[in-house]
Amino acid sequence: MYKEICKKFAPTKDNLIYILHEIQDTHPQHYISEEAVDVISDYLGLPANHIYGVLTFYSMYSTSPRGRNIIRLCESPPCYIKGSENILRKLKTLLGVNVGETTKDGLFTLELAACLGVCGNAPVMMINDDVYGDLTEEKIEDIVAKIKGGK
Amino acid sequence: MSLKRIDLLICCGSGCVSAGALKIKEKFHEVLKEKGISNEINIIETGCMGPCDYGPVMVIYPEGIFYRSVSPDDVPEIVEDHFLKGRPVKRLMMHDPKEQVLSTQKDIPFYQKQVKVALENCGYIDPESVDEYIATGGYEALGTILTTLTPQQTIDVVKASGLRGRGGGGFPTYMKWQMVHDAKAEQKYIICNGDEGDPGAFMDRSLLEGDPHRILEGMMIAAYSIGASKGFFYIRAEYPLAIKRIKLAIEQARGFGLIGENIFDSSFCFDAEVRTGAGAFVCGEEMALIHSIEGSRGNPTPKPPYPAYKGLWDMPTVVNNVETIGNLTTIFLKGADWFASMGTETSKGTKVFALTGDIRNTGLVEVPMGITLREMIFEVGGGITNDKKFKAVQLGGPSGGCLTTQHLDVPVDYETLKEKGAMMGSGGVIVMNDNNCMVNVAKYFLDFSVDESCGKCSPCRIGLKQMYDIMERITSGEGKDGDIEELQRLGEAIKQLSLCGLGQSAPNPVLSTIRYFRDEYEAHIRDKACPTKVCSALMHFDIDKERCIGCSLCARKCPVNCISGSREDKYTIHQIDCVKCGNCLDVCPVKAVNKISGMHQEVLDHLNQPIEEEDH
Repeated sequence: MYKEICKKFAPTKDNLIYILHEIQDTHPQHYISEEAVDVISDYLGLPANHIYGVLTFYSMYSTSPRGRNIIRLCESPPCYIKGSENILRKLKTLLGVNVGETTKDGLFTLELAACLGVCGNAPVMMINDDVYGDLTEEKIEDIVAKIKGGK
Repeated sequence: MSLKRIDLLICCGSGCVSAGALKIKEKFHEVLKEKGISNEINIIETGCMGPCDYGPVMVIYPEGIFYRSVSPDDVPEIVEDHFLKGRPVKRLMMHDPKEQVLSTQKDIPFYQKQVKVALENCGYIDPESVDEYIATGGYEALGTILTTLTPQQTIDVVKASGLRGRGGGGFPTYMKWQMVHDAKAEQKYIICNGDEGDPGAFMDRSLLEGDPHRILEGMMIAAYSIGASKGFFYIRAEYPLAIKRIKLAIEQARGFGLIGENIFDSSFCFDAEVRTGAGAFVCGEEMALIHSIEGSRGNPTPKPPYPAYKGLWDMPTVVNNVETIGNLTTIFLKGADWFASMGTETSKGTKVFALTGDIRNTGLVEVPMGITLREMIFEVGGGITNDKKFKAVQLGGPSGGCLTTQHLDVPVDYETLKEKGAMMGSGGVIVMNDNNCMVNVAKYFLDFSVDESCGKCSPCRIGLKQMYDIMERITSGEGKDGDIEELQRLGEAIKQLSLCGLGQSAPNPVLSTIRYFRDEYEAHIRDKACPTKVCSALMHFDIDKERCIGCSLCARKCPVNCISGSREDKYTIHQIDCVKCGNCLDVCPVKAVNKISGMHQEVLDHLNQPIEEEDH
């Protein structure tokens, strides 16, 4: 499977970041396994340590399995001023996980992100590619319930 | 295409989308169809209109009626009253402080002081339609340049305009171009830096999402003048919509022959590609960005050599910020003199600022350089929310510094801000009211820089962590004499010794808050008190027994059971166990719970006790 993804891109070093994105996005657990690193290493002719170097440098990549939905709450100062700490507390109690952990049902992983660039609607979070702004504790309940309902 | 009697422009910038703009659009389609007037009304999805706080917003032409905070439930009323009966819905319009209705966009003070150059089309055209872009003068500047100007003449126009980099550095744009233009190489590159990561800045996102063709056209103007045939958009992965729109714009331009070989029948050939980041703030630094495009860790490398000599794949490269590029087409259409007539002696033109924090009109504004902070915050921004007092404004995100009431009449330009200890940065304006603890805010900015430091050079990697630890101690009540001086010493050293802009500017929030709010630092360290009652270790809650009615609500809501008492004796907080959650304050029906600055005597006594050995 990893091999097919690699083949969508030319085997040049500058495509590494794309290959990693694509592999992670298509994996149901949103992560990059050791096996994937070996395949990429073969395909690009790059040592595995270079790939790990890149993989661990960028915050969006994960080397361990994650949930189906990745919640990325913005922890930057504009969101903090607007009360992101309360939102974080709410998310933690609602999901029963700490930052970096995945819920038992494998539905959510809670992460923190540097600025998401929607500061006009702080506090903000992204779930996968969707942005949720002007968050309140009630809104959080709603959003999580909707995703749980839709599975 | 049939003629429509009404154009309905719905803001679909990320802010409004997060507030539900897409649902509103669907609802309009539904209701219009129901009423059988779908063919009379043109629904256009636009980029960011600016006032994010009032989202979802929309403008209805021909009158230019502006509606705010629209919900799907309002849609039938808009269709019935406004579209069918011609009576705009006053309830959804903006109001001034005297409750006067501001019906059209141009009546709203938020827009009145603005001069839109880079944001000209943002919120006015459909960003996914190349036709609309061309209809508003798109690709005219490029065509004129390719057919009438030489690359050197193009650079001269930019030089005359006085345009400087909008990403933070403020380096004159023409100088970068000239260096690459003069360099001899087989291949040159132009990179558009869309790795916007400054907390509090989102203008690049809005430009890429709201007017992608303008950025593409601007990039091609730059490419022509420096002799580059290949361009890269480096956009952070947190902006999926921006990535999608730019990719679409490139395809559309290719379809029209605006990208490719012999553009406008000239000898100029150009192709562009999108590259994305993967979550690393430091990649906004140009050398780090180049390494990231090459497929490596985004570490900065020492300069010189500058990218103008040895950039992407060791070829001469210009890296320009999105907003810088966004100004180019207008400079060529309206003339360098027109652009240079705005602004101050050293800072020409306009600048886009992102207003955030405790300000009434959060959102994107574009104002002439040299505007005062007072005009920007109180006139354009509408002042402070909830009638609180203005305390400080952080300019330039985690690299910038804070300014206070004494600077409200300072003109906003590159030099003046720097002199006062802040910086233009990318244009993030984080406004804070007097509820904010400046020590805590500075700690937060520092936390961001510590997290985002790439770790390559030790002043930034280790030094910032040291500063953070001191800040952490101060805000948790363990500050000691000499901490302020140590912070200043470390800060200055890190600024001088760091490899790239991140480290060179990261101490600024701490240094500037020490400069303007030293008394707050001293209160934290010496008096063990947070004057604004934000730092939880340096404040406490207390129950006023005179007021307490003994209802026990606080005791029942306390998560750590540290409140006890009875109806007769009233209730008391056991300070040592209190976690300062504030539940008691929230639930008290008679407002008997007070938030008090400083540590409670009980806690102080407890801290001063000799430590007893724990039983195991």
